[in-house]
Order: sequence, then C-alpha cells, then structure tokens
Amino acid sequence: MRFTLNGVATDVAAHPMKRLLDVLREECGLTGTKEGCGEGECGACTVLVDGVTVCSCIVPFGQAQDADVVTIEGLGNAHGLQQAFMDEVGAQCGICTPGMVVAASVLNEDPSLEEIRVGLAGNLCRCTGYAAIYRAILSSARAGKA
Amino acid sequence: MTTAVGQSVSRKDGIGKATGATKYADDLHFPGMLFGRTIRSTIPCGRVKSIRMDFDTSGFTIVDYRDIPHRNVVALIDEDQPYLVETEVRHMAEAIVLLAHEDREKLLGANVVIEYEEAEPVFDPERSPHSFKDITIEKGDVEDALASAEIVVEGTYRTGHQEHVYIETNGVIAVPEHGGIALYGSLQCPFYAYKALRSVLGNDHPLRVIQTETGGGFGGKEEYPSMIAGHAALLAVKSGRPVKIIYDRVEDMVATTKRHPSIVRHRTGLTREGRLVAMDVDVILDGGAYSTLSAVVLSRGCIHAAGPYRCDNVKIFGRAMFTNTPPNGAFRGFGAPQTEFAMEVHMERIAEQLGMDSLTLREMNALRPGDMTATSQVLKQDASALECLQEAVRRTDYRRKREELKGTNRGIGLALFYHGAGFTGAGEQRLASKARLDLTATGARIMVASTEIGQGTRTMHAQIVSDALGVPYETIEVAQPDTSVVADSGPTVASRTCMVVGKILERCALEMKERLEGMTPAQYHAKHGAFSIVKEHIQPEWMRWDDDNYQGDAYATYAWGCDVAEVEIDRDTYEVRPVKVTAVQEFGRPIHPALAMGQIEGGTVQGLGYALLEHVVMKNGAMANPTLTNYTIPTTLDTPELDIVMLENHYDGGPFGAKGLGELPMDGPAPAVVNAIRHLGLDLRDIPAIPETLIACASL
Repeated sequence: MRFTLNGVATDVAAHPMKRLLDVLREECGLTGTKEGCGEGECGACTVLVDGVTVCSCIVPFGQAQDADVVTIEGLGNAHGLQQAFMDEVGAQCGICTPGMVVAASVLNEDPSLEEIRVGLAGNLCRCTGYAAIYRAILSSARAGKA
Repeated sequence: MTTAVGQSVSRKDGIGKATGATKYADDLHFPGMLFGRTIRSTIPCGRVKSIRMDFDTSGFTIVDYRDIPHRNVVALIDEDQPYLVETEVRHMAEAIVLLAHEDREKLLGANVVIEYEEAEPVFDPERSPHSFKDITIEKGDVEDALASAEIVVEGTYRTGHQEHVYIETNGVIAVPEHGGIALYGSLQCPFYAYKALRSVLGNDHPLRVIQTETGGGFGGKEEYPSMIAGHAALLAVKSGRPVKIIYDRVEDMVATTKRHPSIVRHRTGLTREGRLVAMDVDVILDGGAYSTLSAVVLSRGCIHAAGPYRCDNVKIFGRAMFTNTPPNGAFRGFGAPQTEFAMEVHMERIAEQLGMDSLTLREMNALRPGDMTATSQVLKQDASALECLQEAVRRTDYRRKREELKGTNRGIGLALFYHGAGFTGAGEQRLASKARLDLTATGARIMVASTEIGQGTRTMHAQIVSDALGVPYETIEVAQPDTSVVADSGPTVASRTCMVVGKILERCALEMKERLEGMTPAQYHAKHGAFSIVKEHIQPEWMRWDDDNYQGDAYATYAWGCDVAEVEIDRDTYEVRPVKVTAVQEFGRPIHPALAMGQIEGGTVQGLGYALLEHVVMKNGAMANPTLTNYTIPTTLDTPELDIVMLENHYDGGPFGAKGLGELPMDGPAPAVVNAIRHLGLDLRDIPAIPETLIACASL
C-alpha cells in the first residue's frame, strides 16, 4: 500500500487493519512515535495525517492509503520547537515529547496560552504539569517572530 | 564560586527526546528476539488446581515455577513474593505462567486454561487478620495529656489508591550474553533488579542490568521492575534468545503497584487558645497481598503523621495490612502524602471547632528551629515552616481572599507540609552508597547507578561535579547506569539523588581536584593517564536513630512547603475545578532552577490529580477501570495556573546547600484542595473528591 511518509512516497506491505503506529515503528523503523495507552487517550503516538493530528494507535493502516503522514522524524532536527522543548525543560522523561511536539507544530504561529491548552488537550504528560511545555511553545513562537 | 550550580544549564539529555531519536526499552531490537507474555490469575484468592495449554505449543517457550533455577522469591525486604505462583494465589493478576514467541499475534492468541479452587478473599484492610508491619512512635504521655486537654478534636480521613501513569509502561528485554543475562529495562533502581535476578537465577550466571531511557517512574519503577526483569530473564534462559516484555496499559494498571490507600484517625488535645498538647494518630495502610515496600512506606507515613507541628505528647500507631489485592508500593511521597493529608484537613477542622483562624492555629504550632518533631528530633536552622506559611499567605493575599470568597462558588484553602530527604534513620548508613568519578582525556565521567527518569539526574550531578572540580560543565560526561561498570550509588528514590548521591560526587570531585595539582583534566590525563575516585556516603556524625523505638533523627534534613489552592465548584454537577495553585517550597538550594521548577510543577499537578480526579475502582480485588479513558489524570485543561516560589535555606550537609526535592511537592496539593472545598461549606474528609463523594457530603 502506498502513502507519503515524511514527504517521501512509500510502499509498505502490511495488513490494512494493522495499527498505523505499528506500521511506522516496525515496518518503517520510525520509533520516535511512542505508545502510551493504545486507545487514543494519551497522545504519545500523535502523528499528522493530511495535516491533522491523530493518535496513530487507533488508526488502521488502511486509512492511511494515499495520505500524507508526518511523524516526529519528519519535522527534522532543526525545528525550533524541539530545541525550545529541551531549553525550557518542556521535556522531562521525554516519552510524551514527540507527540507533544507534533501536536504543537500545527498550532498557529503565534498561539495564545488558551490556544495552546486546547491544542494539547489530547496529549498527556505526567512529569511537567504542562507549565514548562507552554513556556517552550511560547518561547519558540517568540523566536519565530523575532 | 559556582558557574554551573544555580544556573539552568542545558540538559545532558541532548535533543533526542524532542526529535524522537532517544531509544526507550520498546524501541530496542535484538536479533532473534522473542516477545514475552504473562498469564495471570483471574481470582483474588485460592489455589491453582490445573494448568492446560489450549493451543499449538510449537515455537513457544513456556515457563512456570518449576523452571526457576534458584529461588522463587522477589528479593526485597521480606522475601514473601514469588515470581510465579506455585499453588497459592493471593491476588488478581498474579503471574502464573510465562510464554514467549517470535510472532506477537500467535503469542496473544495462545489460550492457557487454569482451574482454581477459590477461597474467601479479604479486601477490607480494617478486617484483615494479618499485618505486615506495626510501628509505634511515642513521646510524652498522650492519654494523660488528652484527659487534661481543654478541647479534644477527633476525625477520620481516607485516601484512595493512586496509579502512577508513567506514560511509558513497564518494559524490559533480557538478552543472553556470555552464558548469562544482560537485562535492559525501564527502571529506577538497577541494583535492585540485579539483586532480584541473582535471587531467581542464582550465582552461576554472569549478570548485568542496564537502565534504558526511562519514560517516567514516580516510584512505580522502584521495585516492580524486579518482577518483570525476572520473568524476562527466565524466558531468555529457557529459550536461549533475547526476550522482550512490554506491558500494555491495561496490564500495567491491573498488575503493578499503586499508592497505598489509607485510613488515618486523629484524636487531638488542645488548649482553648489552640496550642497542641496531645496527638494520638492511628494509621492504616492497605498493603495488598505481599509485603513489597509496605513496611518502609508505613514508616515514612508514620514519621510524617503529626505534620510540621510541635507537640510534647504524641503517639502514632501504624499498621500495613494484608489484603487480597495486587501489592501496593512506592509512589512519590511514600506514605507521607496520605498522613499529611489527614493532618492538614484535621488542622482545618480543629480551627473550625475552636472558632479560630486556621492560619493562626498553624502559626502558633508550626515547628521552628530548635523544636522537636514527633520522633524527638531537634530541628536545626534549616527548618522553614513559618517562612513558607507566611510567604504563601502574603503572596496570595489569603486572609482577604478567604473573606471575600465566602458564600460564593469559589473556595480557597491551604496546607503546610514537610518531607524528610533521604532514607529514614540509619537507612543511608546501612545503604553505604558509593559514587565513582573517572578522569577522562577531556574532563570527567560520572559513574553512578542513579537513574535519569526525567527529573534531571544527569544534568544536576554534572553541575555539582563541574563546580566542585572547577571545570566546564560541558566536559562532564555521565555514564548510562550499567551494573557491570558503575558504582552502586543506591536506588533512585526517597529524594536522595541530589542530596545524598550528589554530595558523594562532590567529595569525589574535590579529591580529584586535589590529585590534579592545578593541572586541567586534559593536561593530567596526557601526562599520567586516567584514574578514578570512589567515595562512600558519610552519615552526619550528629545523627542518632533508635530503630526499635522510632526515636531520634529520622532524616538529616527536611524540605518544607505551603500550598494554597483556589477552586471553583459547579453546584449542579459537584465538579470541582482548580483555578489557581500557589506552591511555596524550601528545599535548601536549587541546583538547576528550571529542573527544580519542573519537579514542583509536575508534583503539584500529580497532587491535584490525587485530590480531584484519580479514582481507582476496585472490584473483586482488581482495578475495574484500568484504562486512561476511565482513570483520568490531569490534562492541560484540568491544570490550573501555577505560581511557584522557591525559598532558600541551605542545608550544610547537602551539595552546595541542596536538600531533597522530588517528593515534597506531592504532599501539599490534596489537603490544600480539600481545605478549599471545606471553605465552600462541604465537610469533606476523603479523596479523591469526585462529584459522587461531594454530593454525599452535601446531603449529610
């Protein structure tokens, strides 16, 4: 089955009911997308499908046919948000971080605190209490404006 | 002069956590690897009558207790817990059989039929016939003082289970190597797992335990990894192949440890002016089916049960009870959140009965330097209860707000608390932790077993070494904990990693500096080559502890805090939403202010979840809501504005004046929230404060 993965046309032979999460991690070797709950509650497995955040643990691979899928690896290492997450200690244990960064990457360019809270409401973090995550996103937005 | 300590330097983790490049246990793959699965009991109490493999077993590795080469006990304190059930089942989800296969679908499809002979389970800790541990702390004469007290206030307070919900579930990989096992795992205490593997496999196998990057712990990966490590190792030994066991969320919630539920009863005698003259405290913890760490959780809970208050006549009696439920275990705070919750809600009720302001009551009785704790420890100058209380009151304009909000749907409440850092009493002395520092060609490498689980261990240790050695922070490396190469610096628990292990590292660095005789590490290394410094923990010489009578210096020092919670209630649905939490905390000195802030913010939000949301529903001895859909932790939308204040009061025995911090923030939020709910006119004494509980309070 064909889909676009991080900008590259990709063919994977996998059962259409296999979880997109497992296809990404096992067939494509992209382990940056994490599993936290397996039922679409925690957001650790967040990826973009056609520009929209989804929990890849509850998306059957068949639904990704011909779609444009972007994972944390597809954001590249130079994304300002990623550095901001580390600088502001928005990442502690780091297991929720790839999903958080993917979710934050589709917020508008200059988000308000309320927009960040709503935008990340589907991503659980047990370490930070979220405050440092807000600081990371706000500082990255400020840097983007500067 | 310090250049790294006190600065929020870049974390040693690098960028990998944010790019997804960092590998956690489930991201690792070894050639020929099998997946492991645990077949668990489906009754809470009884005996196994028969086990039948109802599937084609070809290609499967199957392990039961008869395959254990050495001892079928998880080595911890009391050795009562088996790796695999022999005949007696003591709780739901107890491991009986292990399976491994290279195809996960086949593995999950395997059906094991187990017949049982069921027995009557015990679920109520108050009716349990068996206590794992009793503790009595006694000072003065409580009965006498109660009899002559002008006022006596009584109350019972209850707290429920709490699930850790580290976002990475428990997981390990056992890899056969040189005739033995290398165990890679998500864990807090590599040497605990090492000791446990020795117990199950015996001394014939070479062993090492390597901590993989760990996606949160909070105590939940203190003792439980010893169990799953043993399981994976047994499968790897039998199959001769690497075996990976990763729990899914349901299995992790049903089978692994949780915070102990508690019932705490207070009988408190006071003068009419509000001076505490007698405190009689009865503590019951639900230990679950095996002792695990319950004795020490109870110990810390009891020591903190009288709160940060002075009183000459104290009796604290605690019991950790057996029930037919999965064992409860370590969780951030380790017994203190339960007992300090009871104390702080009780203080509010005392003030109500005395008709006095609860701030004045707390101020009057708060421990000051020179005062004695319940264990008769005389506090030194680094005691900051009053400072925390006064700063919290000033910053929130508490008195005015409390007046102003009266009769509205908003309430404000407060809690004063403290937390002892490091192991209790002579614990650190017995542990005799070691740290090692290696000179490298460019700087130094830290060789300790203390784990980075998000809190910033690597970074904070490197800052301490950098300043003590007088070399740039960037030149300090930190080894990944691997029991075959690092020093046993003890478990990463008990708020000890900075204060205790950091101090040993500071001493290593100071001695290394002396050896360098003014040369840089690079110069010395070029001339003489590498060397290592190993140091052991030194107990402060003034500490005295009587373990039989629970009297003396329980902790080398305490961190202090005062939380103020402002909440809003919906009077139709009885949902309570936290609006703002102010946390004033004194923990010596922050080594890394941004990391310290993260500990306080994160711990405070865990405490808010404990107070308001996190409800473990137990049915027939098992968690009935073991998913993140039905067991809810705070999301961004449940988390209020946080105002964090860090006060400094240096502890001379800590590195650069630092104390322990990790657990302190967990102690305050629940009582502060419940006291804010009391301000709304609801006589609440239990958590979690879910709407069902609040409606029941309202209709009383």
